[in-house]
Amino acid sequence: MAQDLLLEIGVEEMPSAYMPRVLKDLKDLARNNLAEARLSCGEVLTWGTPRRLCFWVKEISEEQEDSLVENRGPKKSIAFDAGGNPSKAGLGFARGQGVDFRELQIREVGGVEYLFAIKKEKGQAAEQILPGLLLKLIHSLSFPKSMTWSYYQTRFARPIRWLLAILGDKILEFNIENIKSAGYTYGHRFLSTGALPVSSIDDYFRVLRKHYVILDQAERKKMIWQQVQKVAAEAGGKAMENEELLEEVAFLVEFPTAFYGEFSPSYLAVPPEVLTTSMIEHQRYFPVYNNEGRLLPGFVGVRNGTDYCLDIVRAGNERVLKARLEDALFFWNEDSRKSLEEMSAKLKDVLFHERLGTLADKGLRLQELALFIGRETGLGQPEKLQRSALLCKADLMSNMVYEFPELQGIMGRYYAAGSAEEPEVAEAIFEHYLPRFAGDKLPASAAGIVLSLAEKADSLAGCFAIGIKPSGSQDPYALRRQALGTVNIILDKKLSIDLKLLFEQAYLGYKDIDLEKSREDSVKELLDFVYQRMRGVLLDSGISYDVIDAALSQPSFDLFETYNRVFELQEFKKSPLFADFMVVYNRAHNLSRKWESEEIDPDVLLDESEKNLYQKLPGLQQEIKTSLIAQDYTRALELLAALRADIDQFFTAVMVMVDDEKLKAARLGILKAIANLFNSMADFSKIV
Amino acid sequence: MNFQELILRLHNFWGQQGCIIQQPYDVEKGAGTMNPATFLRALGPEPWKVAYVEPSRRPTDGRYGENPNRLQHYYQYQVILKPSPDNVIDLYLASLRDLGIEAEKHDIRLVEDNWESPTLGAWGLGWEIWLDGMEITQFTYFQQCGGFDCLPVSAEITYGLERIAMYIQNKESVFDIEWVDGISYADVHHQAEVDYSHYNFEAADVGALTSMFNICEEEAVRVAERQLVQPAYDYVLKCSHLFNLLDARGAISVTERTAYIGRVRNLARMVAREYLEQRKRLNYPLLKDENLRKQLIIAEEVL
Repeated sequence: MAQDLLLEIGVEEMPSAYMPRVLKDLKDLARNNLAEARLSCGEVLTWGTPRRLCFWVKEISEEQEDSLVENRGPKKSIAFDAGGNPSKAGLGFARGQGVDFRELQIREVGGVEYLFAIKKEKGQAAEQILPGLLLKLIHSLSFPKSMTWSYYQTRFARPIRWLLAILGDKILEFNIENIKSAGYTYGHRFLSTGALPVSSIDDYFRVLRKHYVILDQAERKKMIWQQVQKVAAEAGGKAMENEELLEEVAFLVEFPTAFYGEFSPSYLAVPPEVLTTSMIEHQRYFPVYNNEGRLLPGFVGVRNGTDYCLDIVRAGNERVLKARLEDALFFWNEDSRKSLEEMSAKLKDVLFHERLGTLADKGLRLQELALFIGRETGLGQPEKLQRSALLCKADLMSNMVYEFPELQGIMGRYYAAGSAEEPEVAEAIFEHYLPRFAGDKLPASAAGIVLSLAEKADSLAGCFAIGIKPSGSQDPYALRRQALGTVNIILDKKLSIDLKLLFEQAYLGYKDIDLEKSREDSVKELLDFVYQRMRGVLLDSGISYDVIDAALSQPSFDLFETYNRVFELQEFKKSPLFADFMVVYNRAHNLSRKWESEEIDPDVLLDESEKNLYQKLPGLQQEIKTSLIAQDYTRALELLAALRADIDQFFTAVMVMVDDEKLKAARLGILKAIANLFNSMADFSKIV
Repeated sequence: MNFQELILRLHNFWGQQGCIIQQPYDVEKGAGTMNPATFLRALGPEPWKVAYVEPSRRPTDGRYGENPNRLQHYYQYQVILKPSPDNVIDLYLASLRDLGIEAEKHDIRLVEDNWESPTLGAWGLGWEIWLDGMEITQFTYFQQCGGFDCLPVSAEITYGLERIAMYIQNKESVFDIEWVDGISYADVHHQAEVDYSHYNFEAADVGALTSMFNICEEEAVRVAERQLVQPAYDYVLKCSHLFNLLDARGAISVTERTAYIGRVRNLARMVAREYLEQRKRLNYPLLKDENLRKQLIIAEEVL
């Protein structure tokens, strides 16, 4: 009879950030390991709290499936003697396998015949297999950072302190270092004491609930959010919705109780982003807003425990936040005394990168690059672009950004406004960091767009020029994000800009610095890198990979043009004309593939069909050229599809590969000229 | 509970747990971890249990005695348990209970914190421990020290004494902590905070400090070459402190920073290596359990 399996790994407090991934891995590992062990199972559920990782596998088969084991023995040539009787080697193999020689089979492997023993192995009981399987599974869990403890060799995210494994109503036994799995669990760290006996899976759930552990993260999350909303509503406000914070808090507590805390309204003088950063990032509180969307002088915290002595917890948390906000207010007042320009004077003492000069150098490069992009795109006013570029890094020198690095750009905008900079400049300072993360907003103002592109191009060009390139999971300078940001901005804003020129210009900005790579090499690598991101963007928007490959093999340095071309191609692929189109392409392309010249000597042409094509060519070429300039790809594609009848007729009427070299050259010339019209848009041989 | 009693209670608690109660080390240092009772003793196979108060200096944190939460000189209470015991968190919580902090009445959290000291070539994993939202302790399982893997792994518990005292005494400023009846933290330390802030930020002689750094670096190397481990380590500590002073003085550019840190780290590694060799030559006198000794020596030979 099938039985359920439950595993609980008791650990010291797990980093909350690891948990979502670990729970997913745990589920996959359970499924894969069971399948590998030929044990069937039903649903697999995984749960985690700070102190435990747990899975419940339903309906594990009682026994492994039987299996056939095939063992290869000696070659046939040595398994038999000259008289065709079993040799010593042959008999020895049979004995070793525990089968009769006559039951051995002969099979060919790589052209050689071998003896094979085919044995049916009876599956073992799940109960026997599982302890070893669980042990292996626990050891194969991996974490961003793992550690050892005491004298032991086992690596885990934090020390393992107990193990519980139940199959049906039996406790499974195995060891990890000094920990022996046994029929015990532990409750909430502060609301329960000692080991708690567990007799069955149902009992496990009961015991945990009784001892203040809400095992299911989804349930905890729901409880937390309901409590947070309720507590905020009681204070006359609305809690900030923040999925990331909610998930983190859910993995910081085993039994949540939300509470409301207050701070002095005088701290509301500090920009709201500072207050919310302090609340969320430092303290994991939910900020609270009033109906007009303005911050209230309060917060919702979530305690790991019940409401027992909740006033003590509230008072403690209020005090901590007060100290933090006091610091923030101090920084705000201090910083506000200086103008942004004064702050920017210190940028010469701070390195952008060891080998790429200081932030002041970067500011100078950004001014030049922003002017260039402004000219190319027609966006922004030169003096405002220059001013924004000069000041965009200045807030890094403020006390506030030193304390709250995540507020870079945001504080810059405030300090710019406070220093009476023009609103466009203040906005561009904020927007030049956008997008800061996947799904973040893009810059919207003209100067913001220009400066954001300049910032990214400068960092990308500099890093690539000294050989810093993301590899695997290593991307310390977030170059992937910057390249993707570049693509998204260009596409979203429908900008026509020559990327190659942009990167070359950015590279030139480093003219006073000793770079590792030539301009040609690093710009080429960089363009490839950006096209990789472009490919991702196109795949995400539902374009099929063959269309992308076809279009990107005729790269244009104008991403927006490429984007449109790809979309029109994708649409055209669905149209009824597409079949004709591909016939024309294949017929023109296949024969002329290795032919270079479009030259056609009209005097040698014989048949009406070829003369017809020859006469149509100039007009067609002209029309396609016009369509491409107008970026009307659909029109160009249709024009080519319309050649179907003519080209069919041509192939019916004449042989291309004739002995007459002149005639052959003219015919291939016609085909080549047609094929080249296709090639100017994409490499259609990649279309499947 | 006054500041003094807080320390005495911790001494008493950890003393009962079998820790040697050592006294602060007499060279300036940034944290209790740098005391040889931690940095050196965490290396090698010998068990070790120690607790001590460590006066710690962070020149850049000086605020002329004006900020209620920041000091350039403060106290850590440091506990090292090597090897880390299975019930180490329970022990820690019991120590808080001895200070009158009953876990069930508060919200105590263990929040992921990965500790790393680039100057010591040391790192470990553990937590910040929060009491009602305030960080009061750093808890670290040492993984590497001076660039060498730690085996066994030590548990390091570092209490922020001033923060705990402020909490227990319900004070909003560190200077208001009652040290003993009628004497405040300000009475003991305020003027020195002001003076050191002036010294660290304004008065320190960059030229003198720079040559002192160079001299101490040379001396560390020279002494280490003669296998005089702790005397060499003293000069590593001096280098580290001189670097911190130069940093506070604004005398170290960003480029130089990395180089200075690398210099101190090299010294720390050198001394760590000397220490490991010395303990081996001494045949690990603190490995008193013969079974353990056999196991570890077999393990070492296998390596």
